Amino acid sequence: MALIETRNLTYTYPGISKPSIEDVSIQIEKGEFVLITGPSGCGKTTLCRCFNGLVPHFYQGEIKGDITVAGINTLDHHTYELAKHVGLVFQNPENQLFALSIEKDVAFGLENVGVSREEMRQKVDWALHQTGIYDIRDRSPHEISGGQQQRVAIASVLAMEPEIIVLDEPTSFLDPLSAEKIFEVIYKLNQEQGITVVLVEHRLDLTAKYTNHLIVMDQGKVCLEGNPRDILSKEETSRIGVGIPKATQLYQMLTKEGHNLGNRTPLCSEELADQILEALVR
Amino acid sequence: MIEVLDIHYSYPSKVEALRGVSLTIKDGEFVAIMGQNGAGKSTFVKHFNGLLKPSAGSVKVDGVETTKSSVAALARSVGFVFQNPDHQLFSETVETEVGFALKNFGFDAKIIEERISAMLELLSLSQYRKTSPFLLSGGERKRVALASVLACDPKMLVLDEPTIGQDHEQKEKLQQFILKLQAQGKTVVAVTHDVEFVAECNPRVVLMREGKIVADGEGHKILTDPVMLEAASIVLPQIAQVFTKLSAAGLPKDIIDISEAKAVLLRALEKRKQ
Repeated sequence: MALIETRNLTYTYPGISKPSIEDVSIQIEKGEFVLITGPSGCGKTTLCRCFNGLVPHFYQGEIKGDITVAGINTLDHHTYELAKHVGLVFQNPENQLFALSIEKDVAFGLENVGVSREEMRQKVDWALHQTGIYDIRDRSPHEISGGQQQRVAIASVLAMEPEIIVLDEPTSFLDPLSAEKIFEVIYKLNQEQGITVVLVEHRLDLTAKYTNHLIVMDQGKVCLEGNPRDILSKEETSRIGVGIPKATQLYQMLTKEGHNLGNRTPLCSEELADQILEALVR
Repeated sequence: MIEVLDIHYSYPSKVEALRGVSLTIKDGEFVAIMGQNGAGKSTFVKHFNGLLKPSAGSVKVDGVETTKSSVAALARSVGFVFQNPDHQLFSETVETEVGFALKNFGFDAKIIEERISAMLELLSLSQYRKTSPFLLSGGERKRVALASVLACDPKMLVLDEPTIGQDHEQKEKLQQFILKLQAQGKTVVAVTHDVEFVAECNPRVVLMREGKIVADGEGHKILTDPVMLEAASIVLPQIAQVFTKLSAAGLPKDIIDISEAKAVLLRALEKRKQ
């Protein structure tokens, strides 16, 4: 069975007439790095909220269809039961930080699942180091910048070492180099420890290279799904309003003019530069 | 016009966020302020509408020192859109939010109505007119905040991270819109981490690091300097990354625009074929 599986999942928030996600059927296997993208308001965030049961348990509303996450039917089980399996990093870090110090915020999840003191110390320190906030661990999460808050939110989830990490535009407030470093940490966890990653992002320039499973949503529905190289080559993808990485666009422009840059559609600058260099020395 | 002369600013926690910053922004300019988290970018632009007053040095907006003017008075000429929309939204519907400042400034109902409709149309929000801003997505809330500031038709616009949570189409609209404002002689200052957005708009780029300005110039020069950018915790735009790697093959490095990239590469590939 897939690690995350939805069948004809349709959900409507209370007081709204139109469903925010409609008839969504997807399968995510263990160890995948999944990227979900699509125009703003297309239902990406709502779908993520289903993965840890915030929808429907916290948001209420009306849900139809089936969803299982790590073998658990999320409709019958509470968010706290799912928390051991799924860590969710919210779009707005302020919505998930609450403790008096950064360190306490990062330790909170572990305290609740009854981890020993030594183990907790070790896991918290590891997460603080991975996200580059070890030096500010004593400060309040409410007096640091938006970018630093995002690091705290990510650290809190990493410390729990869940099977699945769901990140909703997790680095939007971070400067580009810091964002890249965070994505590298997440990618490493995915590659080395087999943690399944579900990332919601508009900025494919930064993130397309990490994924092997791209999901494009529009108006609550999944419209395209599969290998990113195939999907980003489709005209339909840009018609939906997905920002195709510049390297991919440039490759398409040059091949359209009749130049052979190899059959692989590049997802990042390194790949495109190699393909052009090869064509230039061939 | 904004004239900043050697300003310093320290927060009550004694952290010195600005350490001697001078900058002049002329009417009709589009300036992107970039730099790492904590470099002082947001602190700096909060001086433009008097939200913060310098500890030393001076900030003049159209010749008037901000210390001699109130935030309320400055709000008429300098519109400010915060990084996090939730810090400025408070109304029960999108329409009251967008009309709020206009009502406070005492505009008549007909004008308020016209402006609200025009702004909602412009930012693709008309369908949410009667909806609570808090039911909208992050990207949509960000546009509501922008609409409420634009409705007042300020002479200068300060945008703190305007592209966060915006999809490709909205970013393109924002770009066109900024260029249109510029054509009307309005000044736009954007604090942004979005290198791809800056590469497309090609504004004047001001780079900050540790409370100081470390570079100021044309986008295609600054955004293609890997050493300078790394010091400011910024990565090269993707096109510039490609050309940095291709410079080994004798191609120019300072390219950030995709059309220019296409033209240069087509010439190189054609030459190779012959």
